[in-house]
Amino acid sequence: MRLIAKVGAWLDHRLKLGASIRETVTHPVPRSSASWLYVFGSAALTVFLLQIVTGILLALVYVPSAGEAWNSLQTLNHSISLGWFIRALHGWGSNFMIAIVLVHMTQVFLFGAYKYPRELTWILGVFLLLVTLAMGFTGQVMRFDQDAYWGLGIGASIVSRVPLLGPWLVTLVLGGPIIAGPTLSRFFAMHVFVIPGLLIGFVTLHVLLVLKLGINEWPMPGRIVRRETYLRDYAGLVHRDGEPFVPGAVWKDIVFSGVILLAIATCAAFFGPFGPGGQPDPTIIQTAPRPDFFFLWLYAVLSFLPPAAETPLLMIGPVIAIALLLGLPFFAGEGEKSWRRRPVAVLTVLLTAVALGAMTQLGEHTPWSPVMDAWSGDAIPSRYLVKRTALERRGALVLQAKQCRNCHSLDGIGGKRGPALDTVAVRLTPDQLVRQVIQGGGNMPAYGKNLNPAETTALVAFLETLHPAGQAPARDASNEVARGRP
Amino acid sequence: MTPSTGTSRRALLAKLGLLFNGIAGAILAVPILRYLLSPVTRGRKPGYESWFALGGVEEFPVSQTRLATFRNPVADSWDGPTANIPCWVRNVDGQNFQVFAINCAHLGCPVRWFPQSNLFMCPCHGGVYYSDGSQAAGPPPRGLFQYHYRIENGKLLIKGGEMPTTGSPSANMNGAKPPCA
Repeated sequence: MRLIAKVGAWLDHRLKLGASIRETVTHPVPRSSASWLYVFGSAALTVFLLQIVTGILLALVYVPSAGEAWNSLQTLNHSISLGWFIRALHGWGSNFMIAIVLVHMTQVFLFGAYKYPRELTWILGVFLLLVTLAMGFTGQVMRFDQDAYWGLGIGASIVSRVPLLGPWLVTLVLGGPIIAGPTLSRFFAMHVFVIPGLLIGFVTLHVLLVLKLGINEWPMPGRIVRRETYLRDYAGLVHRDGEPFVPGAVWKDIVFSGVILLAIATCAAFFGPFGPGGQPDPTIIQTAPRPDFFFLWLYAVLSFLPPAAETPLLMIGPVIAIALLLGLPFFAGEGEKSWRRRPVAVLTVLLTAVALGAMTQLGEHTPWSPVMDAWSGDAIPSRYLVKRTALERRGALVLQAKQCRNCHSLDGIGGKRGPALDTVAVRLTPDQLVRQVIQGGGNMPAYGKNLNPAETTALVAFLETLHPAGQAPARDASNEVARGRP
Repeated sequence: MTPSTGTSRRALLAKLGLLFNGIAGAILAVPILRYLLSPVTRGRKPGYESWFALGGVEEFPVSQTRLATFRNPVADSWDGPTANIPCWVRNVDGQNFQVFAINCAHLGCPVRWFPQSNLFMCPCHGGVYYSDGSQAAGPPPRGLFQYHYRIENGKLLIKGGEMPTTGSPSANMNGAKPPCA
């Protein structure tokens, strides 16, 4: 013990850090802030440290070369002791980090912590969110498989829509004319050097500001933030009802961080690493690329935007979103902090959460994508085929062979791009069916050139049988009158 | 010498020193920027695109659409399989061809050809194209990208080398009639 004290004194005589460290750990925090809701920031930092450690461990083996990266991931997964576990820790760590950062941001927003004098802390927090998402996207590229390859293609296609500079930006992002060796190399440099450097810098400043300005007090309805009085009020509050950060508040941070680390380890052990999927070989086109979980909402948004609005929204949307986040402390820097008196803030959070949740859910199921093998893999339910005429069965064959099922489901099986066909005969008369098949429309391709009259007749004959028992198919009464059939 | 003139002399020297470093920085910035922008400048000068053979014309039967692959003319030895680029070749009538890029005009996903329904379908956001590459359904803002082609000594040659995206030089050949059609 004496030896440790002596070494400590020897070091401190030279480093002179002891006083400032003591000051940092014992700085008083409002007793109300020593709460279980104030642990997310430190947890995000803990996960970031885990990412640094596991990232370095992976870099010991990973080969950042377009030709070899996929093989080195296979080696990590299968040949190196617990390589799969380190990959899983890093992958799950990234998901947890994004989730915790979002929760932290929501809490800070609802508790008005971005208001005077903590505007800069919030702005740095927005930068931290952006670089964390950038780590997520570049990290998905490191897992250099089919999804990474085509994900880069999607990224390049978005970048190419920038007015005037688009094509140059694409070559700059890809490092060449196609997605290849230079692309992975530069994403590796970004993921391992540039963005982590920014992250470390922003985190340092962010934490420094929390220490300098003090942690946000628990907001009370009616306690208004005013520039003139806030600092004095806060000092009084800390003096009256404060306690030192260590050990008063820090134990909750430590416990929560431990829980998160265990949760990541549990997920890693049970669910294992993410991929890699198929080889990043563009000639293998039997693939349906999908982004990682936290970008699924964007994938969904991109499929729902009308084509005309797509480019403007892709270019302007992110700028507006970031400007709103950065501008928030400037147009709402004072006033009520408590979420109980800020209905707009609560509604904003709810709306954002519902929108992101709904889009993510849609991104999971991709109802807009054709199911590319439904026509050959999903049979027509047999109940739609019993007691049918030869012509109608021939029509069922046409339906199957012409890939209609890729977009249209029967009995819930098949593509969801177009409407389900189970009750189509109730919705459309035979004439309307013929017109729809031949001319398309309503986001359906025209099949006029791809079906001969016999095939069309058979197909429509089958479609006419698709109606619920006891409910007659749609018919055009005027047509029957005109033809003289009562 | 009074103290005030002394500090101002030192302040001047410090400013001169900063200026000196600024000049050095500017001189260093030129090669660094040129290095960083080399993918762009290289693409502009000699260009990434060149003519190369996809294969014999007989590999592409009349009125069929077949997948062809080529090694990208601009490639590094460490590119691995990523420099193997696929494309769709449509032999319209034995004389006229259409060579479509694999990348959907929406966001670049790989489109697949279905000969039964004569449609290209994209697995990502549901873009659909007719056999001539024109847009049939879904979000694509335009038809499929097409490569320029020509036929020499019974070989089908295309001009390629750059991934086509909206706005890229290779995208501007869209819809234009093939040079030797």
